[in-house]
Amino acid sequence: MNFAVLVFPGSNCDIDCYKAVEDTTGQSVEYVWHTATDLSKYDCIILPGGFSYGDYLRSGAISRFAPVMNEVVKAAEQGKFIIGICNGFQILLESGLLPGAMRRNDTVKFRCHQSDLKVQNNKNPFTHEYKIGEVIDIPIAHMEGNYYCDETTLVSLKENNQIIFTYEGENPNGSVENIAGICNKKGNVLGMMPHPERAVHELLGSADGKKMFTSVLSAWREKNGVAIG
Amino acid sequence: MIKATVYVTIKQSVLDPQGNTVQGALHSMGFQEVNDVRIGKYMELTLDTTDKNEAEKRVTEMCEKLLANTVIEDYRFEITPKSEV
Repeated sequence: MNFAVLVFPGSNCDIDCYKAVEDTTGQSVEYVWHTATDLSKYDCIILPGGFSYGDYLRSGAISRFAPVMNEVVKAAEQGKFIIGICNGFQILLESGLLPGAMRRNDTVKFRCHQSDLKVQNNKNPFTHEYKIGEVIDIPIAHMEGNYYCDETTLVSLKENNQIIFTYEGENPNGSVENIAGICNKKGNVLGMMPHPERAVHELLGSADGKKMFTSVLSAWREKNGVAIG
Repeated sequence: MIKATVYVTIKQSVLDPQGNTVQGALHSMGFQEVNDVRIGKYMELTLDTTDKNEAEKRVTEMCEKLLANTVIEDYRFEITPKSEV
């Protein structure tokens, strides 16, 4: 399986994502610059966290027009696995691949700490190795994670089982319905504010994020009929 | 040349955490009359055109595509002639 970690000017979680994929799946992973115009060789595309284009205007607003994003849209239509983490989630929202928008945290502070997430949907390529309702420990680090969508969108998110993770206990940013992560209708595009790539080993404080990477690997194997070696 | 002045604000129906915080600060300073604070963005664009209608059309497109996120923000703009420097 081939993973791509996109790198925008100002991405700063790209190395963490790369190492997390390498350590948890042992599969091929490459950095792909934001000017790339061909993503055909990749099965899973990761949009990492950071401050792409300095978060100028709005988080993700400018990155969304980077050349590579046309390819990400194509890959999404082809049913490839796409995950946006933190700033990557913000870029997916700005690009319209996921519904809604981000507001500044209701505390108006940059929040950087461990957070408990509840798995609301484990029928997703990225979450099928978790149990439904399982609470996992994944860190957050953001200023604009206050997810917003209008009432109609929220109804549709619920109807299509698109809410993947919610904050359990304290909601660190004021997001609608405690939303921490959502997917598109097809389920192959996922966006989340917390950082699973920072929770892949006990030494990092938690290994609960590991299953997101191993889940997508087994989802890919299942889809492609590859025997587990 | 034409000058476009663009204002982008958070929609009335959407919570503005920065506005609320500033309102709280103003209250604690004794400005009790402040009933609402909305924080937004102010942008000045200089356009290389003299056609006011065309400028309006283009700036609307810019706002819809990039300058505002219409899921949470409203925008308005003013178009004025700008004397050559």
